[in-house]
Amino acid sequence: MELHLILLFMICASIVAVEVKDLISSIISLGAAGLGLCLAFLILKAPNLAISQLVVEILCVVVLIRATINKDLPLVKDGRWFFNTISTFLFIGFFLISAYFALMELPHFGEPIMKAANEYIANSLAKTGSSNIVTAVTLNFRSYDALAETAVLFAAIIGVLAITRKVGRIHEK
Amino acid sequence: MKNNAGMTLIVKTITRLTAGLILIYGIYIVLQGHLSPGGGFAGGVIIALCFVQLMLAFGKEEVLKKLSRKKCIFLAGLAALLFLLLALRGFLGSGNAAFKEGHFKLFSAGLIPFCDIAISILVGTGLFVIFLALVLLTEVEE
Repeated sequence: MELHLILLFMICASIVAVEVKDLISSIISLGAAGLGLCLAFLILKAPNLAISQLVVEILCVVVLIRATINKDLPLVKDGRWFFNTISTFLFIGFFLISAYFALMELPHFGEPIMKAANEYIANSLAKTGSSNIVTAVTLNFRSYDALAETAVLFAAIIGVLAITRKVGRIHEK
Repeated sequence: MKNNAGMTLIVKTITRLTAGLILIYGIYIVLQGHLSPGGGFAGGVIIALCFVQLMLAFGKEEVLKKLSRKKCIFLAGLAALLFLLLALRGFLGSGNAAFKEGHFKLFSAGLIPFCDIAISILVGTGLFVIFLALVLLTEVEE
């Protein structure tokens, strides 16, 4: 019940974030949607994800406010609304039809499949010594996955630094 | 105040009180990552948020005195190499059994805390460098 309320709140906040004219208000309602997602993770009993979602959301909101403050960005609202509406409804219909066939295959909500996870839940404390099963999976059983994620993050940092470096922009002038 | 960079006196005073607490909380989240919810990524983002708050309150020069841009990039690369080294340690031999003393000891989870520390350094310094780059870019454009 609380989960449905939070989902409704998140949908309302997202609609406000898309439709409102002021950019700062839009960013604030985006942050509200992220906070709702964090609460939904807490209700679904995933505190690891909730902590990550909360801190990343805070950082994103700070960066977005810093980037859009004191700026009057023009709002493009001319033409093409017919094509946009048609394509939006086409994609919504496509998504609903494919989701209907995909959701028939899945088990019911709240009944996890205890095939692959059973091994981890039973043996993770004895094998790794870590009482936090999520960390035991991400950094011990699937440690090379975490290594690849770190490589992706490092590549992203290098990309941002390469785009925003001073030398290239001086040569442009 | 002598320098007018950053925000008002109220924000500066509150930041002086809270920035250290936020940094300590981030380090706590990193070091307890194998025992309680949290981990390297969340703790690293909290550490980056501490420096972001310092920068928003005191201006750019105060923070760059504490943690310069070059030092950030060096630390990010060093942390990535450290994590790669830890992964190689597990690849060559039985890496995880090396630091395992059993439950309720200091090194209870093998290499997991060291991986957490490496990830947190990479994420914290990397996100702070990205924030610096974005803010400097907008200031140049203005």
